[in-house]
Amino acid sequence: MNNIKVLLNGIIKENPTFVLLLGMCPTLGTTSSALNGMSMGLATMAVLIFSNLIISLIKNFIPDMVRIPSFIVVIASLVTILQMVMQAYLPDLYATLGLFIPLIVVNCIILGRAEAFAAKNGPVASIFDGIGMGLGFTLGLTLLGAARELLGTGCIFSFSVFPEEYGALVFVLAPGAFIALGYLIAIINKIKKA
Amino acid sequence: MKKLESTWYNMALVLTLIAVVAGAALGYVNELTKGPIEQIKAQQLADGIKKVLNAQDLNVEEPQTKEDGTVLYQTDKGTAVKASDPNAFGGTLTVLVGFDTNGVIQGYQVLETSETPGLGAKADTWFQTGGKGCIVGANPAEKNLTVKKDGGEVDAITASTITSRAFLRCVNKAYAALAGEYTDADSGATKQQKDNK
Repeated sequence: MNNIKVLLNGIIKENPTFVLLLGMCPTLGTTSSALNGMSMGLATMAVLIFSNLIISLIKNFIPDMVRIPSFIVVIASLVTILQMVMQAYLPDLYATLGLFIPLIVVNCIILGRAEAFAAKNGPVASIFDGIGMGLGFTLGLTLLGAARELLGTGCIFSFSVFPEEYGALVFVLAPGAFIALGYLIAIINKIKKA
Repeated sequence: MKKLESTWYNMALVLTLIAVVAGAALGYVNELTKGPIEQIKAQQLADGIKKVLNAQDLNVEEPQTKEDGTVLYQTDKGTAVKASDPNAFGGTLTVLVGFDTNGVIQGYQVLETSETPGLGAKADTWFQTGGKGCIVGANPAEKNLTVKKDGGEVDAITASTITSRAFLRCVNKAYAALAGEYTDADSGATKQQKDNK
């Protein structure tokens, strides 16, 4: 499998949000607006690329029986580093996302890709897989965030499309995340079949 | 290279090594980012004090911390008070409120919030000048700063009464700390006395 294929695989064929349905906790929790969703996706992508790279480099030194704890330690360290770096150099972004950054540790996409891809492939392919999956996740979160923001408040990326009074509050709240995600998946399945 | 066998010795060695390397990396980054993070926090607080007092040049005195965790920043143009309330919708809400020397609210800034975006998170604009529930220019000694539902004079944020209540509790707490007579009917001390009877 060449690298471009690996990249596209993550974005389209095995899109983590719409096809694999992995990482639902941050997906539902952070997508109250398009910007939040996109930032969360990008932060996850950063962790995913580095965790894939590191795990593909050290995979031969890790005995099979302790691979999960080893992966978790690598991922948790990367997330904590990301959190500290963001807090120090991107305080504005940290202010909006800070609450959700530690959640990346328990995001199953990252452990899932470490286990399913990085542990079996070389470093270069693993980086491409990280970028592809990360972009796919970012795309999914941005779409869901945009849909919820539009239906809930009448804005997209804070640009007003229609007056806020006509928005359905439920889409900004948690139940709206489930409803919007369900419909988005349905629409995407429909497009795929056609 | 062949994969390492899963023997006890290998497993213990690898896990220890990974933990040590990860720990070292974390410690290093922590050292590296500690300075900038503290700077940013101090900067945000200093900016906040300037903003809530509507002034550019201020001499901020040593902060005083009250028993309930409220912090007073005395300046030559009034006092900024940092107060928080643990019972907001999404957890703790921390607000910095600026009072002039007569106790009139000059401005406020939400420092820490976990309120719902699009609802309770509107607290950062809702109570400002021009907002529907404007509290700027009010004196908590003269105006009843609670939401209308509770018999007060402030319009609560649409669909976010809990956030509004927590926000106004912060403001009143800040004022009480400023007035130096912290008398909250719901405070733990009073309640305990009642319970003892």
